[in-house]
Amino acid sequence: MDEHAPVEDWATDYDIFDPEYIEDPTPVWRDLRQRCPIASTDRWQGSYLPTRYHDIQALAKMVPELSSRDPLVIAAPPWTDQDPEFPNYGTNAPPISSDPPEHTWIRRLLLPHFSPKVIEDYRPYTEDLCHRLIDRFIDTGRADGAVDYAQQIPPRLIAHLLGIDESRVDEFVEWVRGVLEIGLSQPEIRNKYRVIIRDFFKEQVADRRENPADDLITALVQAEHDGEPLSNATVVGICNLMLVAGIDTTWSSIGSALWHFASHPEDRRRLAADPDLFPTAIEEMLRAYAPVTMGREVLNEVTYNGVTMEQGAKVLMNFPGANRDPEVFDRPDEVIIDRARNRHIAFGSGIHRCLGSNLARLEMEVSLKTWFDRIPEFELDEGPVAWAGGQVRGPRILPIRFDAQRPR
Amino acid sequence: MKVQVNREQCQGHNRCYAIAPELFDIDDYGTAFVIGDGTVPPELQDKARLAVDNCPEFAIEIDE
Repeated sequence: MDEHAPVEDWATDYDIFDPEYIEDPTPVWRDLRQRCPIASTDRWQGSYLPTRYHDIQALAKMVPELSSRDPLVIAAPPWTDQDPEFPNYGTNAPPISSDPPEHTWIRRLLLPHFSPKVIEDYRPYTEDLCHRLIDRFIDTGRADGAVDYAQQIPPRLIAHLLGIDESRVDEFVEWVRGVLEIGLSQPEIRNKYRVIIRDFFKEQVADRRENPADDLITALVQAEHDGEPLSNATVVGICNLMLVAGIDTTWSSIGSALWHFASHPEDRRRLAADPDLFPTAIEEMLRAYAPVTMGREVLNEVTYNGVTMEQGAKVLMNFPGANRDPEVFDRPDEVIIDRARNRHIAFGSGIHRCLGSNLARLEMEVSLKTWFDRIPEFELDEGPVAWAGGQVRGPRILPIRFDAQRPR
Repeated sequence: MKVQVNREQCQGHNRCYAIAPELFDIDDYGTAFVIGDGTVPPELQDKARLAVDNCPEFAIEIDE
C-alpha cells in the first residue's frame, strides 16, 4: 500500500507521519476521543492509536499481553548483519525492549544510577555546558534553538555518563536520528545505524573490560546477575538504549519549550519575572509537548474495551495524547505555566516508566534556567520552524532572535 | 491527615519527593516511602494533596 497516501478517515487509516499531524496532532486526538477513542490503521504494518488518558494508562499496564520486545512505533527491519555474538541483538535495548523477567533485573541494576540524588551530581557539568553553548552565539543575536542549543545538551550528558568521547557528539546525534527519525520508516538506513552503534559499543565494552574507568560502561561490565557477569550483548544493548533513548527525547523537550516561550511572549515574560514558576512550567511543558510515543506488540489477539487487537500489530502508547485529555486535565489545550495539579504521563507509566526521567528533568531545568538567565527576551526569527514526529516529536529547526550581548 | 504510598504501584516518577520532600523520601531504586508514620502537619496538607494529584501511578493516598 502507499504509506503516504492522504488520510481518508483518521479513525481507520491514521498516519503518524502525516506532515500536518506532526506539526499539530491535537485536532486529530480531539476528534478521535469523541468518536473512536482507539483508532486503527493498516499503514506501517498495522497499529492501534488510543487517545484517552485512562485507556493509555490501562494499555501501558497490559503486560505481558502487549510486549515491549520491539518498542518502536514501526517494527524493526530484519537484522541483515548477522553477528554470532549478538543473535538477538535486532531489538536489543534492554530494559526498554524487554518484558519481565529480564526487564525486572536489568531495570533494577540500572535504577540506582538514575535516582534524583545521583543525577543531581550532573548539575554543575550541565550548567557549565549550557553557558558555553550560549557563549558561542550570544554576540550574534541569533541562534537555532534546536540545532545550536537543545540538540547539543543531551548527547554530551549521555557521553559524560557513559564515558564515551564527547568530541564525537555530532556523530552520536547522526546515529540516533538514523535509527529513530530518518531511518524509522526506511529499513536500510535504520539497519546501517544500528550496526554502527552496535560496533561502536562492542569496542567500548571490550576496552572497559581491559581498562576500567569511572563510568557507567565500566559499572555494567563489572555488574553481576545471579553470580554471573552480564553478557556482551546485554551490556552493548543497554549502552545502545542510553544513546538512543537519551538524546532525541530530551533534545525534543528542550526545543519544544524554547519554541513555546519564543512564540508565547506573555508566558515568557511571566516566567522571566518569576523564576519560582520553573517547576510547574517545566511539568507543563512536559505535559503539553510530551515528545515520546512508544510501541507495544500484540503477542496474541487480545480485546480491550471492545476493541480486538490483532496479533503482531503495534499498540501506540500515545502518552502525548493522554496528556491532552479533557477528562483528566482542565483546559487541556491551553498551556498554563502555573498548573499545579498535573498528573501527566510524558515519561510513560507502569513498569517502563522512563528510566532517565530525573536526568531529563535536570537537563530541562538547567537548560531553560540558564537560557532565561542569559537571554530573558527572545522571539521566533524569520524562517520556518521544522518539526519531526512519529516516535519522538520536537522542533528540528527553530530560528530565534534576541538582542546581541557580549559573551561572559 | 496521614499519607501513604502504595509501593507496589509506585514506579519511581519521584513527583511526590520533588513536591513534598518533608513528607516523602525515595530509596535507591526510586520507590517512594513516607517519612515517619505519614502524619501530615497542617502547614503541609496542601503539599500532600498536590503530591497525590501529581502522581502518574495513583500510588498515594490520604486519610483525612
